Amino acid sequence: MTVNIQQAQDTVIKTSDLSVFYGQKQALNSVNMEIERHAVTAFIGPSGCGKSTFLRSLNRMNELIPNCRVTGSIQIDGIEVNSDAIPIEGLRQTVGMVFQRANPFFKSIFENIAFAPRFHGVKNKADLEELVEKSLRKAALWDEVKDRLHESALALSGGQQQRLCIARTIAMQPSILLLDEPASALDPISTMKIEELVVELKQEYTIVIVTHNLHQAARISDHTAFFLMGELIEKAPTSQLFTSPQDKRTEDYISGKFG
Amino acid sequence: MSHRGMEGSAVLAKNAAEPAVPLQHTRGSSMQTRLTKRNRHIHAENVIGRAIAMLCAAMLIILVLSISYFIASKGLATFFVNGVSLKEFLTGTTWDPEGEPAAFGVFPFILGSFLVTVLAAVIAAPLGIGAAIFMTEISPAFGKKILKPVIELLVGIPSVVYGYVGLTLLVPFIREQFEVLGFSVLAGGLVLALMILPTITSVAADAIEAVPQDLRNASLALGATRWQTIWHVVLHSALPGCLTAVVLGMARAFGEALAVQMVIGNTTKLPESILDPISTLTSGITLNMGNTIAGTPYNNALWSMALILLLMSFAFILILRILGRRKWASR
Repeated sequence: MTVNIQQAQDTVIKTSDLSVFYGQKQALNSVNMEIERHAVTAFIGPSGCGKSTFLRSLNRMNELIPNCRVTGSIQIDGIEVNSDAIPIEGLRQTVGMVFQRANPFFKSIFENIAFAPRFHGVKNKADLEELVEKSLRKAALWDEVKDRLHESALALSGGQQQRLCIARTIAMQPSILLLDEPASALDPISTMKIEELVVELKQEYTIVIVTHNLHQAARISDHTAFFLMGELIEKAPTSQLFTSPQDKRTEDYISGKFG
Repeated sequence: MSHRGMEGSAVLAKNAAEPAVPLQHTRGSSMQTRLTKRNRHIHAENVIGRAIAMLCAAMLIILVLSISYFIASKGLATFFVNGVSLKEFLTGTTWDPEGEPAAFGVFPFILGSFLVTVLAAVIAAPLGIGAAIFMTEISPAFGKKILKPVIELLVGIPSVVYGYVGLTLLVPFIREQFEVLGFSVLAGGLVLALMILPTITSVAADAIEAVPQDLRNASLALGATRWQTIWHVVLHSALPGCLTAVVLGMARAFGEALAVQMVIGNTTKLPESILDPISTLTSGITLNMGNTIAGTPYNNALWSMALILLLMSFAFILILRILGRRKWASR
């Protein structure tokens, strides 16, 4: 029993001295953080504070930005991944990412979901169909789209598209989900669905979510990290961070004194 | 601490911090007169601007309609005045407009036009789209600095120069390699391929560049390699644009006269292979028109060939329209 609890509380991502530079500008300054398995960790902070930059370092999406340099260590399950020795495709398959704006491919709903599994070796049609259904069910989208799997994904509403993007990411069977403000462009009802989904999904995945919405962080996350000007100010269990923050700046931010 | 660029929960605070500015009514009456005066002025401008724009549009439409009418009236005379049957004209393989009896079979010309056009497209489409991928996805800096100006330069070279180069280099080369005449479908297709390559490259590059960066990120974040991303996401999304590029190139190839005429040999005999000489509709018209007198069946037959060219260009435009309207298909 104790083993189980420890398992549930153990660390899956551990960064040490993680810094990110865009050219000469330092966007992230020596961040040390541990992220717990099967929990929702929310990153909050004002724009430009480095929370998205930190998130994008975890699956090395920052490498796509010219002149971007990431130094320091990122360990996932004890393996150093901020290294050229790690094949980037495998890393990104393990650490899935959903973006701020829903970005379905100009393909059918089915083909959107089947996209990643095809590249990662699922060739059999029956297996693919099963995986697509499973992924759509997990993303709470199956009932809405099951009759039009072969229609264009662009015909879906914004909220549905974002859930499709989550389903597409789930379909490659990642262990960690990075969500970069997944609901910031959505209406309240779609946002609520995404939030319910996030809470649901933490049973199976470790979820890291960047959000501008403090209430959202309070509602759905188990841990919250507060970033400011490229530094990690504080990370604590969500209830603790919102009720008794250790740092004055955290307190000022969550009480709306700036932001 | 800087407050610049900070947002989120402070929205409420910000709104509270900006009290509504009370409206000033003191200048109300003068404001009204100014408003009405300017409105009248703007109204006059609008009417004149609108009239000029409509005139320009009307002139374009009249121009296109009258050209179509002119070519159609001349071209249809072959069938209605000279009594040549449409079937015989389109499918006949003998072109002897001055013979006794005269034969007006333009099938060799039509075949020639299609052969060189398709050959040019088959050669230029992969090269052009490949170059477009290179200059947008693989090496944008080199693409913008070197490849783009080079392509613009290629567009500007007059077709007679392409023809001359083809005549001087390509025709002797084919002659030596295959021990044939040299003037051939192959030579025409190659010269045309070179001519339409820049069109295809630049239009395809525009289409590829228009693919949202979000889609590339999505694909890469799903663990796809760069090549898988280019092939399955970027090219797939840009497919209608790339097809448009190829059709535009084909339209240009189909209508090109001079460069083709210089290298294809201009015989009306049906070719047995792409190494045989041939004629096209355009080369047929340019080579024959000097020999004819207006109103004769010979002259009218040339107009009928022009009509086919016109109808083909309508067809190309129709295809482009359909491609442009095509919604992002499901597959």
